[in-house]
Amino acid sequence: MSARPRDSLPISAIRVTGQVALFLLQLLVQCGAALGRPRLIVLQIYNAGARSLIIVMLSGLFVGMVLGLQGFDLLQRFGSEDALGIAAALSLIKELGPVITALLFAGRAGTSLTSEIGLMRATDQITAMQVMAVDPMRYVVAPRFLGGVVAMPLLACVFNVVGLLGAHLVGVQLMGVDRGAFWSQMQGSVVLNDVMEGVVKSCVFGLACSLIAVHSGYTAAPTAEGVGLATTRTVVASSVLILLLDYMLTAAFL
Amino acid sequence: MRATRTLEIGTGLFVLLGFAALFFLLTQLPANGIRLAGSAAGYHVTAEFDNVGDLKSGSPVTMAGVRVGEVEAIRFDSRSYKAVVSLRIDSQFDRIPDDSDASIQTQGLLGGKYIGIGPGGSDAYLKDGGRIELTQSAIVLENLINKLFASFVSKDSSGGQPVGAGSEKDR
Repeated sequence: MSARPRDSLPISAIRVTGQVALFLLQLLVQCGAALGRPRLIVLQIYNAGARSLIIVMLSGLFVGMVLGLQGFDLLQRFGSEDALGIAAALSLIKELGPVITALLFAGRAGTSLTSEIGLMRATDQITAMQVMAVDPMRYVVAPRFLGGVVAMPLLACVFNVVGLLGAHLVGVQLMGVDRGAFWSQMQGSVVLNDVMEGVVKSCVFGLACSLIAVHSGYTAAPTAEGVGLATTRTVVASSVLILLLDYMLTAAFL
Repeated sequence: MRATRTLEIGTGLFVLLGFAALFFLLTQLPANGIRLAGSAAGYHVTAEFDNVGDLKSGSPVTMAGVRVGEVEAIRFDSRSYKAVVSLRIDSQFDRIPDDSDASIQTQGLLGGKYIGIGPGGSDAYLKDGGRIELTQSAIVLENLINKLFASFVSKDSSGGQPVGAGSEKDR
């Protein structure tokens, strides 16, 4: 199922890419059928989204507070600390929000997807389903994939709002930037496109993370070691892919 | 049964929270979004300016450097060709003389614009719906630079010494 060791590195890289693309096609075909079972998807939204909420909000708060502190220190040197609102809002909604949320998502939700599906394969649950003519792609993989795709953009939005509150907390309450100037300059400079950029990025990251997570779980070697390796692969591959996609999307939006 | 209930409530809360956050980002952040800011207590006065620069609604209004209110709305008066700025002054600052002047100033070199109110000497105070007569517009930096260069050029052509070149001729 996975790339054989005797393939040379470039060949196996191409092969894995092809596998993932084919897997995505199969998955998209099954997604339509999986939508007929909303309860399964709700369960996965809960697992991937609602249970990641605390860590995302906490990280968002601290990232926002750091932005407030650093931004204030930098802008103060130019006597324009009122621009803190713009600096914090743009860096949060365009870059930090989607990217950090996606990294957290890969670590928190992606790993659990991979190990869950990988263990199902290792304990022959997936084979059992196939024997009973139940398509595991439809009942196991597709709902998890869809749950991740739905949860990720929502998590990024929550991260952004909490981050803004953190920046406001430090900038306005602690450092004494004028509240009206903070918000009015921010609202004057942020346009709808900036917000949309963040939303599109988080949707793409959600898709990429979920796809990598379910694929590497589904193709994991059916051993304890194989599940461990697959989980590691999920985190590494997701993180690299997120940053790569981030660069490409930023370039596309400029 | 109990487990499904927690599951559904948890998911519902998460989805609602996510969409509330998305709504906030879409409507409250961008300049073209919808404002839901509640009107705080205070009274309103208006002032007309020839040029407001990049003053925005929400910019602070100060007296002697202390914040006393904020800019609530800026609109264009098509008859006088001036910008009409309505200010909301916090109700505790109710003793501003009605012949005070308002000027648009800049915070720092690159900072945003704000309105500074200089007190007048009248015994009557500004009331809700009042109007500040004396105003000074925003200083547009480009215009100042243009004037400066224009003065250099005119001095040059009339045979006078340009300001910066004096030391050179003395040698």
